[in-house]
Amino acid sequence: MTETLPGAAIPNPLDEAAITAAVDHAVAAIAAASSLDELKAVRLAHTGEKSPLSLANREIGGLAKDQKAAAGKLMGASRGRVNKALADRTAELEAENDARILVEETVDVTAAPRRRRAGARHPLSTLQDRVADIFVGMGWEIAEGPEVESEWFNFDALNFKPDHPAREMQDTFFVEPPEAHLLMRTHTSPVQVRSMLEREVPIYVLCPGKVFRTDELDATHTPVFHQFEGLAIDKKLSMADLRGTLEHFARQMFGDEAQIRLRPNYFPFTEPSAELDIWHPGAKGGPRWIEWGGCGMVNPNVLRAAGIDPDIYSGFAFGMGIERTLMFRNEVGDMRDMIEGDVRFSEHFGMEI
Amino acid sequence: MRIPLSWLREFAQVPAGATAEDVMAELVKVGFEEEAVHRPTDALSGPIVVGQVLSLVKEPQTNGKTINWCQVRVVPEGQEQTLTGKGIDPSGVQGIICGAHNFVEGDKVVVTLPGAVLPGDFHISARKTYGHLSAGMIASVRELGIGEDHDGILVLSRIGLDPEIGTDAMELLGLYDQAAEINVTPDRGYAFSIRGVAREYAHATGTSFTDPAAKVQAPAELAGGYGVKLNDDAPIYGKPGCDRFVARTVRGVDATKPTPLWMVSRLRLAGIRSISLPVDISNYVMLELGQPTHCYDLDKLSGDIVVRRAVAGEKITTLDDKERKLDVEDLLITDSSGAIGIAGVMGGAATEVSDSTTNVLVEAAHFDEVSIARSRRRHKLPSEASKRFERGVDWQVAGIAAQRVVDLLVELAGGTADDAGTDVGTAPDAVTIELPAAFAAARIGIDFTDEQIVTSLEDLGAAVVKNDAGWTVTAPSWRNDLETKEDLSEEIARLVGYDNIPATLPVAPPGRGLTRVQQQRRRLVQALADAGLTEVLAYPFVSKAANDTFGVAGQGSARKAVKLANPISEEQGYLRTSILPGLIEVAKRNHSRGFRDLAVFEAGLVFLPGETVGTPSIPPLGVKPSDEVLDALYDGVPDQPLHIAAVLTGHDSPAAAAHTPRAWDWADAVDIARLAGDVLGVEIVVSQGHHQAYHPGRAAQLALRSGEVVGYAGELHPKLLAAHDMPARSVALEFNADALFEAAADVIVAKHISGFPVATQDVALVVPQEIPADDVLAALREGAGELLEDVALFDVYSGKGIEDGKKSLAFGLRFRAADRTLTADEASAARESAVAVAAERFGAVQR
Repeated sequence: MTETLPGAAIPNPLDEAAITAAVDHAVAAIAAASSLDELKAVRLAHTGEKSPLSLANREIGGLAKDQKAAAGKLMGASRGRVNKALADRTAELEAENDARILVEETVDVTAAPRRRRAGARHPLSTLQDRVADIFVGMGWEIAEGPEVESEWFNFDALNFKPDHPAREMQDTFFVEPPEAHLLMRTHTSPVQVRSMLEREVPIYVLCPGKVFRTDELDATHTPVFHQFEGLAIDKKLSMADLRGTLEHFARQMFGDEAQIRLRPNYFPFTEPSAELDIWHPGAKGGPRWIEWGGCGMVNPNVLRAAGIDPDIYSGFAFGMGIERTLMFRNEVGDMRDMIEGDVRFSEHFGMEI
Repeated sequence: MRIPLSWLREFAQVPAGATAEDVMAELVKVGFEEEAVHRPTDALSGPIVVGQVLSLVKEPQTNGKTINWCQVRVVPEGQEQTLTGKGIDPSGVQGIICGAHNFVEGDKVVVTLPGAVLPGDFHISARKTYGHLSAGMIASVRELGIGEDHDGILVLSRIGLDPEIGTDAMELLGLYDQAAEINVTPDRGYAFSIRGVAREYAHATGTSFTDPAAKVQAPAELAGGYGVKLNDDAPIYGKPGCDRFVARTVRGVDATKPTPLWMVSRLRLAGIRSISLPVDISNYVMLELGQPTHCYDLDKLSGDIVVRRAVAGEKITTLDDKERKLDVEDLLITDSSGAIGIAGVMGGAATEVSDSTTNVLVEAAHFDEVSIARSRRRHKLPSEASKRFERGVDWQVAGIAAQRVVDLLVELAGGTADDAGTDVGTAPDAVTIELPAAFAAARIGIDFTDEQIVTSLEDLGAAVVKNDAGWTVTAPSWRNDLETKEDLSEEIARLVGYDNIPATLPVAPPGRGLTRVQQQRRRLVQALADAGLTEVLAYPFVSKAANDTFGVAGQGSARKAVKLANPISEEQGYLRTSILPGLIEVAKRNHSRGFRDLAVFEAGLVFLPGETVGTPSIPPLGVKPSDEVLDALYDGVPDQPLHIAAVLTGHDSPAAAAHTPRAWDWADAVDIARLAGDVLGVEIVVSQGHHQAYHPGRAAQLALRSGEVVGYAGELHPKLLAAHDMPARSVALEFNADALFEAAADVIVAKHISGFPVATQDVALVVPQEIPADDVLAALREGAGELLEDVALFDVYSGKGIEDGKKSLAFGLRFRAADRTLTADEASAARESAVAVAAERFGAVQR
């Protein structure tokens, strides 16, 4: 829209009143422009070649020399006012425009699609890492070994006598042919033996890993499960050191309130041996002691099998089930959930436990 | 081991109101874990009383059955019925319908009155049936939960009882007793007896203990009895199979006499069924003293008893009427007719006691643990006797146990004991252990007083003698588990209480943290999860077919795998050589549960046997093997590299508003493998691959720069997918992660970053269809020289404008110099030399 200006008369560049009126008129029109398009029309009308101010300015050339300066000063100031008003209004309108576009671009953020598939760690694997980190923080190292193992590492080196019932109670998977003396390790203890053979004393190692027993799968049993076992061999280690280590670990794992209890038990590879219970204040059905694992002082025969002198060194060892830990720590009710591979199980945990 | 509380009370100070739970709470302190409670009253409640059948009217029914309409007196005549309640007749006589026919008027029976509850939550009430109001039930032993016999009701006179009418039958039948079941660890054979457990209960509670063995009056010496010879010509580990054999004779017994209810009740609570009086007595003594005994029908024996090893081809029919082939290592009890028992495991059928037996020979022997364990295992005959013998029985108690059996046969079966008897064998040397004064304190971490040490050991039954260095301890005869000073330390700690062990935290020497491989593995597994894959853990048990399909490429039937001797299922009798079979099962399980868009992975060991499998023998325990022997053990263990595999089915993400999911395809599998390489800084070289599990045209072989093949990635074979009911176009990958870890550089040398501008040039090359793009790219890279910063394939085209059988590959090349701005001519020259190599190698022509 082109604004129609009143009268075609060209104002006199020396007529301050007329010029001021034209300027005021222009400034009012600029202020009234409500969009950038309107402002463009106003700009053309008031600063274009045919605008009163431009025309008046052109008149200066025809004025007497002594008048030119005064007229020039008046016109310069006047056009400056108009240009400033234009620039200010342009900035205002542009800002309004920008803001409006942003408002128009509003989306419903609650409808955002998940474009990336969320991955997940298996909680047994995450928990195993967490346990390892606690011991690494204590200066221990992580040792690993094979899952199919020589019978010697799994039994004889651990002081299981060939015909003792304890050996059978391990429910072992044997490998064909039986004369080859291979089996699937029934505990991670063979890694302890390997560690003792491969390392120099003092030894402080944690051995996490998969172990195998010929149990049918049900809510509380699985033929394949995970353990972590610790072994410390040093001078003058006692059962008090074992208790202190387990207590420290339990508190790292379950908080400062965690309590442990040791009960007499039997394992061929430790003497004395103990069952380890942990106090579970949040257990379903009320607070109670929960069996967590076994432990004890390393049997001298085990040290001898690894060439360590039991008269100089002593040691302690302990072992816990990772499934069991997950079951009572995270309230997993059914062992089958851990092995079936239903993605909902892992995905619920994400990367955490 | 189940401990009836009434029995335990005979020898230990068990408080009057104590329950099985209370007893278990004490025993757990000294190392006996609680297993279960056996308490009849948990399933049964009264009123259950003795009644006398006054009258019995047989009433035939239309269904062919005949029922008895009985009047049963449950309150002595002249007394008032004190019980009240619905269905209780104030007259003291109940009308009861009974379907059994093994009783007559005048018999005393067990009546469950209205209001009683029987096992199985069976509530007794008065109810109309067969035209009468039947107010109660005449019970059988099975209905009472105290036996299997359901042929008829329990007639008390037939078990030798004539109680007063109205007597509490639950009391009479021992149903108020209860048993604590505890787990006995395999080192503590002595605790498979009331004798052993009562002693432990005394340790746990600090109360007194009466030794049941001390209550038996056994003669100091026996002579003139049945002839017995111990002839073991092949002892195992040098230990004779039998080192004591006591034989006693009782004549004139009535083997048909009923076993007294108190004995039946205790046996039942201990988990042993009543069979016949002589057998029950034998079992009772075994439970009480821990010594298994055996009763022979003396009149069926011929000639001396000889304990010897079996001869080749020898057979025996055991008590369970099975004929068993004997092994030359089996220790036998024999007479002139041959084998009459597998020693310590099971007796023979030919000489067993029967109802007609009148003269009994009682055997109480001591056998070698290993010999019994082997026979039991060989014949798969776990018995109460073998369980005790293989864990160790007190050598000293044999004569006492035999005497106890004799006493009970005399008392309960009406026999007369011969004064003569047999006791042959040699006592083993007592085990003495030197316990240095400070040893237990150092091992346990408690500053034991001398008194604590001595008292604890003496309480166990050990003899303790002070010496200069500490003590000489003689282990009690029933504790074959005590051999070393460590064993004694445990006993002292156990009796003082493990709760008194303090806690001190030892400080490990400075460690190295996780090893590089451990870190690499963690990073890789985490990266795959971060990339959107879900970690699962499958079993390593697979079928032979699965290994043939997914195992090492192209080996056919020569493929080796580890076979299990005793798998859980024969179909899954092998260990995996690939992770994929388990992942496919996992994928199928998820599909069946409605999850079809999947990306699952597993990191786990696979089992690849080499030429050497195991070792023909293994070294003994307690000694470090020589380096050669150790090396053989190490070498015999199959190679078990860590593999990582993934299976992807369906789409990459869930469908959603403003988002179209993309179907996983072969390239995703290759991409994930490359991602794994990137994470470890290892280049994965991809080439067209051939593996029986994959689509023949859509499989990538994954290799290291060195040429070592580490795995495969791509679309699974359509036939395989169909056979497994898997979605078409499902993709998979698997690689040997250990090989990648090893290939990773120890130190990465920094690369100079040039700040000069880049010069980009594109080139389109027409090559035969079958030339892999990656090979052309490699040729370009080689020809372009040092100025080439990067080259990437950005388009593949065939069709209009391209000759049949050819394709156009478009590459973008980025050139940059380290020290100057490249001129257009320099960049073009580099491009031309790149193209020249591709042209020379593949006949590539620029479009």
